Amino acid sequence: MYSKLFTILFLGTLLACQAQKDMTIQTPENVSYTTEIFVPELEIPWGMAFLPDGSLLITEIKGQLIHFKDGKKTIIGNTPEVYARGQGGFLDVALHPDYKNNGWIYFTYSSKEGTEDGGHTALMRAKLQNGNLIENQVLYKGSPNTTKPYHFGSRIVFDNDGYVYFTIGDRGEHFVNPQDITKDGGKVYRLKDDGTIPTDNPFYSTANAKKAIWSYGHRNQQGMVKHPVTGKIWAHEHGPQGGDEINIIQKGLNYGWPVISYGINYDGSVLTDKKEMAGMEQAQYYYVPSIAPSGMAFVDSDKYGDWKGNLLIGSLKFQYLERVVLKNDKVTYREKLMTDIGRIRNVIMGPDGLIYVAVEGKGIYKIMPSK
Amino acid sequence: MIKIITLLFGVSLFFSFTDWQDSDLTKSISRGKDIYTDFCVTCHKPNGEGTPKFFPPLAKSDFLINNRAESIKSVKYGQKGKINVNGIPYNGTMPNPGLTDTEVADVMNYILNSWGNQSDKMVTVEEVLWLKP
Repeated sequence: MYSKLFTILFLGTLLACQAQKDMTIQTPENVSYTTEIFVPELEIPWGMAFLPDGSLLITEIKGQLIHFKDGKKTIIGNTPEVYARGQGGFLDVALHPDYKNNGWIYFTYSSKEGTEDGGHTALMRAKLQNGNLIENQVLYKGSPNTTKPYHFGSRIVFDNDGYVYFTIGDRGEHFVNPQDITKDGGKVYRLKDDGTIPTDNPFYSTANAKKAIWSYGHRNQQGMVKHPVTGKIWAHEHGPQGGDEINIIQKGLNYGWPVISYGINYDGSVLTDKKEMAGMEQAQYYYVPSIAPSGMAFVDSDKYGDWKGNLLIGSLKFQYLERVVLKNDKVTYREKLMTDIGRIRNVIMGPDGLIYVAVEGKGIYKIMPSK
Repeated sequence: MIKIITLLFGVSLFFSFTDWQDSDLTKSISRGKDIYTDFCVTCHKPNGEGTPKFFPPLAKSDFLINNRAESIKSVKYGQKGKINVNGIPYNGTMPNPGLTDTEVADVMNYILNSWGNQSDKMVTVEEVLWLKP
């Protein structure tokens, strides 16, 4: 009897050590919100940024920048040519924190620039004038190009000190790029707003390093956001089959891909048997199975009651929006919003304190709290 | 004697031609497998079973078998709106993957000859080329 009990206790402890606490997503029966369409009829809306006048900039991955104002869509001219292949195309859009005074808008997209075949992720800034982009400046361009159609990233975030961060995925070369700081891909980058490289970047003085790198060992990060209170940069990334991660991005750290991972290859083969290693960061949270996360926002308004401070993450695979409750930066509860809505590509907070959600094949919804 | 030689020559020509045809399809299928792994596998899965409710199966899919041209077009241009696959309705969006016509033909040949699917008629670049949205 005792030995049985002991065995059970022992096994229980063993399991507790190996896996994080079971955090199965909850689907409440009664919901405290409704949804309504805000921008109808979009194909693959990828990036979103509200301008001070309440109008919205939207990127369509195939290569369009749409300005949605007073219920009308205008396609902006003089946008960069994109490498529209697989996951590549027109990606994120973000405003400079001082946009009102300087007018700078930042974009990431997959670019063919360069001599090799294929494409790689680029960061551009430009201004909007009379329906066109002007003063276009490419601030960074990953290299070398490759025809691999996946893992371009990319999200753009400004921190409280005005530095711009953006992500580039591993570009389909996970054994080559993410762990090598002399190569682009599988990184978070940090630049000054004019594209110059800050001298306090972690690898600024390292020989042959890509000096713009802020952190490395990433796979494909399609969600990144600044925490509204702490100012820290949070990002998530797609794992392989299993092993999506939520991370807090810190200077010079190695987030482990592909040396450590909680996922396996798509063909079922084992990629790595290691889940942790000295010198490599553990995620704040990892998903098994994968949800295929895209878009990330913190609820920073009082509009939704106790949702304030929660993290929102879109799921491409399971087609819902995930509301994540955090305590001391750790996930304590997960809840499904907008069940079966479609492939969620992005989520942002609007200037009105409401949640805006971009859904592939549908458009942009807003979530209205119930009265 | 000449007749026999002609016959043998003809027979060998015939076999070499069919061999050539076969290896052409095999090569296309092999290239198509890489395309499938790069572009399709996350949603349609390694065994072509798809993702229940969201992404239709390709393995033994009646839509695929009965709508060859439509299937090729959806790979060439993307797919949107309602379709029925093996009695189950799907109403999703597949983005245009941005493949070349050769790549479309290759991945179609892989899909049409995997997981229990079988097609005697090879998808050629010419067939893809002429299909408009």
